[in-house]
Amino acid sequence: MDYVKLINCMRCGMCLPHCPTYKETFLETASPRGRVALVRKFQEGELVDTEQFLEYVSLCLDCQACASACPCGVNAGELVAEFRCEKKSGQGLSIIENAILRQLVPHPDRLEAATAPLRLYQLSGLQKLVRSLGLMKMFPAALGRMESLLPTLPDAPLRKTIDEVTPAQGTEKGTVGFFLGCVMSLIFSEASLATVELLSSLGYKVVTPKDQKCCGAPNMLGHDFEGVKQAARFNTDLFESAAYDFIVTDCGGCGAELKKYGHHLDGEEKATAFSSKVRDISEILASESAALKEKLKPLNLKVTYHDPCHIAHCQGIRSQPRALINLIPGIDFRELPEADACCGSAGTYNIEKPEMSDRVLARKLANVEKTGADYLVTGNPGCLLQLKKAMAEQLPQVKVIHVTELLQMSMNAKG
Amino acid sequence: MEKTFIKALSDIVGESYTLTDKESLACYGYDSTPELESKPGVVVLPGNLEEISRIMALAHDAGVRVTPRGSGTNLSGGSISFDAGVILQTSRMNRILEIDEENLTATVETGVVTSALHREVEAKGLFYPPDPGSMNISTMGGNVAENSGGLRGLKYGVTDDYVMGLKTVLANGELLKTGGKVVKDVAGYNLNQLLVSSEGTLGIFGEITVKLIPKPKTKKTMLVHFPQLEMAALTVSHIIAARIIPATLEFLDRVTIKCVEDYAHVGLPLDVDAVLLIEVDGHPAQVEEDAEGIRQICERHNCSFFQTAASADEALKLATARRVALSALARVKPTTILEDATVPRSCIAPMVKLIQETAKKYNLTIGTFGHAGDGNLHPTCLTDERDQDEIKRAHAAFGEIFDATIAMGGTITGEHGVGVAKKKYLPKLVGESGIKVMRGIKGAFDPKGILNPGKIF
Ligand SMILES: Cc1cc2nc3c(=O)[nH]c(=O)nc-3n(C[C@H](O)[C@H](O)[C@H](O)COP(=O)(O)OP(=O)(O)OC[C@H]3O[C@@H](n4cnc5c(N)ncnc54)[C@H](O)[C@@H]3O)c2cc1C
Ligand code: SF4
Ligand code: SF4
Repeated sequence: MDYVKLINCMRCGMCLPHCPTYKETFLETASPRGRVALVRKFQEGELVDTEQFLEYVSLCLDCQACASACPCGVNAGELVAEFRCEKKSGQGLSIIENAILRQLVPHPDRLEAATAPLRLYQLSGLQKLVRSLGLMKMFPAALGRMESLLPTLPDAPLRKTIDEVTPAQGTEKGTVGFFLGCVMSLIFSEASLATVELLSSLGYKVVTPKDQKCCGAPNMLGHDFEGVKQAARFNTDLFESAAYDFIVTDCGGCGAELKKYGHHLDGEEKATAFSSKVRDISEILASESAALKEKLKPLNLKVTYHDPCHIAHCQGIRSQPRALINLIPGIDFRELPEADACCGSAGTYNIEKPEMSDRVLARKLANVEKTGADYLVTGNPGCLLQLKKAMAEQLPQVKVIHVTELLQMSMNAKG
Repeated sequence: MEKTFIKALSDIVGESYTLTDKESLACYGYDSTPELESKPGVVVLPGNLEEISRIMALAHDAGVRVTPRGSGTNLSGGSISFDAGVILQTSRMNRILEIDEENLTATVETGVVTSALHREVEAKGLFYPPDPGSMNISTMGGNVAENSGGLRGLKYGVTDDYVMGLKTVLANGELLKTGGKVVKDVAGYNLNQLLVSSEGTLGIFGEITVKLIPKPKTKKTMLVHFPQLEMAALTVSHIIAARIIPATLEFLDRVTIKCVEDYAHVGLPLDVDAVLLIEVDGHPAQVEEDAEGIRQICERHNCSFFQTAASADEALKLATARRVALSALARVKPTTILEDATVPRSCIAPMVKLIQETAKKYNLTIGTFGHAGDGNLHPTCLTDERDQDEIKRAHAAFGEIFDATIAMGGTITGEHGVGVAKKKYLPKLVGESGIKVMRGIKGAFDPKGILNPGKIF
């Protein structure tokens, strides 16, 4: 790890009020400033990685709200992740991690096959039975949480059913490569279909290469940097970027990762060119707002927007999704207090650190309730999973959808 | 630290709020002051006034030293425990207890974050002006203990001007109530004012009552460039001589301008000596008149550019250069030493010149920005803690700068406090008799010397 990145922290504390775990605990050890100090003191040999040490470090959501707030360009979340990656590379992957991160995640066919039983489980009514009998209580808590997060899956993964090429409507403006995230494909296929429809209606030919693999973000979360690099190599080769004007994704997590490929592969030209073409869907759509506006019909809805960490903090995209929502005639947009605070999903954090995740989520819910909105819009599948479940249980009047779904609704509305 | 003492502490605040693990102690060994660090023996986070009282009574009996801490953002080492004592962090005490719209006061617990109070009172059309650069995280207790100022100090004053009442826990755990909601109060010594800027050495604030004022109706923001430093400085003096008191009158020097431009690309020219950010607020008619007066004065002093913001968005844009000044400087090098030498307003030009010459003499990069209207400058040295030679030169340079400040009739710290960082300069400023009186006061409040020892003098 680069020591200068650690001593760049001038301990000003500007990051503290933005850190979800600090806001919950008021503990310096649970703050970005504290985390940088911990990692620094580890590097300097003053602290060792005791269980307590690792517990403090692993309480970080890696939401990077601290990075947005830091005047010195320090990214505490990333430094903590890097520290954990380095520790991991010393140890090697466990058998289970190897199975998941290397054998399963990078192979879409296997991943889809693995989720097939889930589909069956839901379709057969078994899920209802299990839930109503509370059978999950008999299983380890983490498994129970995973099960409860599971929304109804589409009949088939979108990657299987989507057309490889969707032609532009009207005059063709350009070609975009669509990077279809795993979770979007497996679970939120409706939103990704909306993405394709919007792009094509604005005059873009949309190409969705079927061989694409996971972006590598799960490997990053699992602190398996080698796996990340493998993903980066594969996808940059597949999306020979010369063929596309942009590479678009509607998954905030994928977008953040894809934009870092150049960095991951140490500035390799091909990877850098790839990364420079990556756009979150809201960036492309916002740049086409005049054309888009003409297609939108009124929706009389009260809407609020949750900034996914991977979109606001990692990619610096905040105004575009809001501008898009406000394009829709009739929308009553209400700004969400602490909109860019993590929802507690944070990859697998909600399964690994359920107690803190719930506290962070509760704060989000209270803020959503304050807005009085009936639609909560966001742009990342992790947030969608977490918030859909939470709303269904606690604020059932609020529906949670992707930005593209809201725009599609308006495009297809009557009137 | 003795086990029985720690056990007694955790009986008061609970185990989860009594921290003794190595990691916690390491993380409570610093605040925002560069180069200073020392681990406490234990950290406690009381949840209310009564718990603070019980902690102090316990510490007093045991003769253990206690250092209060808000968010640890002070720049003078004030919230560091240098003798492995107790750090008492107040952040859990974050309730706004009352906003009294009839008496125009707010009463808060000590750990309330400054900007949280701003939000609450402004929602009611009221105004609490002190706005230190750290207001999004600094606590009200910390603000009172350091007498913090901010960008609006010129017109509205500093924390001191707003503190009306305090509930303070004394060294032995007793509660001292001073002041209250009355606007006039001459009963006995003015203990309120004495406690403000006491840096945690006289007592620990539990509750704070502050004065509120009506929120100004409108404001106007202006950005002005000056090719010559002297002209910018004269402009500042002449605006005030013309009986115009802007809410904000901020200054950036050449080095800062260059760093800001490199970092934020806001379109500042690199060939000007100074940029002023000026904000006037109040009644719309008055604001118009003041802004026009300021424009004329700036033009008379050969400004090369004058812009008035036409909208709130534009105002925000104009203010960007000042807002990002510290970030822009801090990114240049790993270590940032931010000082707050303050001189009479009329001495701004000579002071900035002197800072620039001193920087040259010691081969350092020092950017200066700050509250020109208050004469409060932030010479900011960009250095690297690993370069011991440069750090030495930085200290020598600041030594000269402080000497010059005192010679000009100024002060070594306008808002960051003495703490330990400025301790050695204080006798030069207040003299032996000053130190003697302060020691006497300290002895009267805290005869055993257990409250934040080693700070100020
Ligand atoms: C980036 C940055 C910008 C800043 N800008 C400004 C500025 O514009 N103006 C300005 O004036 N300062 C500024 N500061 C300095 C600092 O933020 C202020 O001094 C602030 O008031 C400290 O608040 P805190 O809650 O962090 O207190 P801490 O740093 O925790 O404590 C400060 C002092 O107060 C004492 N203390 C804390 N709580 C109590 C209590 N309840 N009772 C008694 N004593 C207590 C502590 O012992 C310590 O001596 C800035 C600092 C930074 C890092
Ligand atoms: S991480 Fe950045 S914002 Fe946080 S204390 Fe360090 S320098 Fe300040
Ligand atoms: S990444 Fe998020 S949780 Fe981690 S230190 Fe930064 S703000 Fe806190």
